[in-house]
Amino acid sequence: MQYVLSNTLRFALIVGPFGYIMAFLLAWMLAQIPKIPRTILAIILYSPSLTLGVAMAAMWRIIFSGDANGYLNAILLSNNIILEPIQFLSSPQYLMTIMIIVSLWSSMGVGFLAMLAGVLNIDQTLYEAAYVDGIKNRTQEILYITLPSMKPQLLFGAVMAVVTTFQAGMIGVQLAGSNPTPQYAGQLIVNHIEDFGFIRYMMGYAAAISVVLLLIVYALSKITFRVLGDKS
Amino acid sequence: MKKRRSNFQGMKINPSRFHRSQLIFYILLVPFSILMLLPIVFIFNHAFKPIGELFAYPPRFFVRQPTFDNFIELGRITSSSGVPFSRYILNSLFVTLLGVGAAILITSLSAYGLSKLKFKGKKFLFEVNTIALMFVPIAVQIPRYLIIAQSGLIDSYLGHILPVIVLPVAMFLLKQFIDQTPNELIESAKIDGASEMEIFFKIIFPIILPAIATVGILSFQVLWNDVTTSILYINDESKRTLAFFMMSLTSLQGNTVAGQGMAAAASLIMFIPNLTLFIFLQSRVMNTMAHSGIK
Repeated sequence: MQYVLSNTLRFALIVGPFGYIMAFLLAWMLAQIPKIPRTILAIILYSPSLTLGVAMAAMWRIIFSGDANGYLNAILLSNNIILEPIQFLSSPQYLMTIMIIVSLWSSMGVGFLAMLAGVLNIDQTLYEAAYVDGIKNRTQEILYITLPSMKPQLLFGAVMAVVTTFQAGMIGVQLAGSNPTPQYAGQLIVNHIEDFGFIRYMMGYAAAISVVLLLIVYALSKITFRVLGDKS
Repeated sequence: MKKRRSNFQGMKINPSRFHRSQLIFYILLVPFSILMLLPIVFIFNHAFKPIGELFAYPPRFFVRQPTFDNFIELGRITSSSGVPFSRYILNSLFVTLLGVGAAILITSLSAYGLSKLKFKGKKFLFEVNTIALMFVPIAVQIPRYLIIAQSGLIDSYLGHILPVIVLPVAMFLLKQFIDQTPNELIESAKIDGASEMEIFFKIIFPIILPAIATVGILSFQVLWNDVTTSILYINDESKRTLAFFMMSLTSLQGNTVAGQGMAAAASLIMFIPNLTLFIFLQSRVMNTMAHSGIK
């Protein structure tokens, strides 16, 4: 349990905020370019989320595969950076990093779509009026117009970021191929629930933990509601 | 200042044409997109690799001699299973289409109610939705099974659909969008004598169409990729879905190198409908509400 909690917090603190900020910045940048290139780039950015589930884990397993046939190992070997293939997925020191990379890669999900729609929905005349009133650059534009005008979408994105990062869990097990993950390196709280509830059949304990998880997520999202929600 | 004004069309958000100042965004976005795209390109290539290239050392990223071997192999295995392949596809299509339609209707109507109507317990209901959103799916698996079993939905198509069509996420998303629509619009419609249903379908629905399209994509993904309902609630092999079938194939074969190509082919087949629907609905998502002349 001591691994699980610190793992979950570390994972959530990195993936959550980074994914969220990335989603906003990408959505905002996409809104700055004309329609056709924007559409193409948005499809590409969203495509990792379209391939949910086992299929993608299988693909990452090939890339990070532990023998010389793994793509990353092959690249590192052929450039003489390492001499022996690294067991990326079964060694505790790499598994967490890989999990974070994979999760960030697939974090441009529904929150990103909502934010994109939110940025595009902002009234054009607001910007024009702001320029007349003396806004000078894009930083001011973001601070005074863009962010306040898309608060509902920002709130949605933030809550989704909190919920998805704390509910993530399948990824570590799928990558490592076992639950519990090697030396509990990639063990997140959801894996812990699954481990005790459905493998060791300690239902009461598993249910207790899921209530604790619910409380954590609920508290965090209350904070985001407080920060981003409507005051009314 | 005058110069800035004249350039405004090219510089503002959602610009109508290319402008030099946009170049910086391309420089940032394009490499990032390529990075995001690499794994997808990889799976495309992997699906068409002949067996020799799957084993090749050093492994190659791009396919040299594309073949359909993996797909043929997939077809061979599927034809030897008891249930015809087309049955799984039909099951999936039926469940998904019905589910997406129901999900959009339910979530958008309830979101409208929670956002604009006034009644007792509204805050409480929204809170319940938020909590439902936060509950880990795995924690509610057993209660869910009991509910499904006791309502006699085991082995029925409703067992696929009902547990997944009420999407708290979608409800939350739609409510956030409906919150943004001005109240004056609804009030003036009421003065003109429109009923609540008319207001919803004729006024609110068109305005939040981008969000509806997003919900469509979301619910399609959930239903199309869902395997848990097939595993838990369906015992009759002929009523299980394509996602379940593909998963059972890849988990059997995916761990060997030879199976990798087939696993890639299978995930490609699962991925294509997602992608086409997304491309199709994308223009809707991108369509701004500015067109409706409101706001």
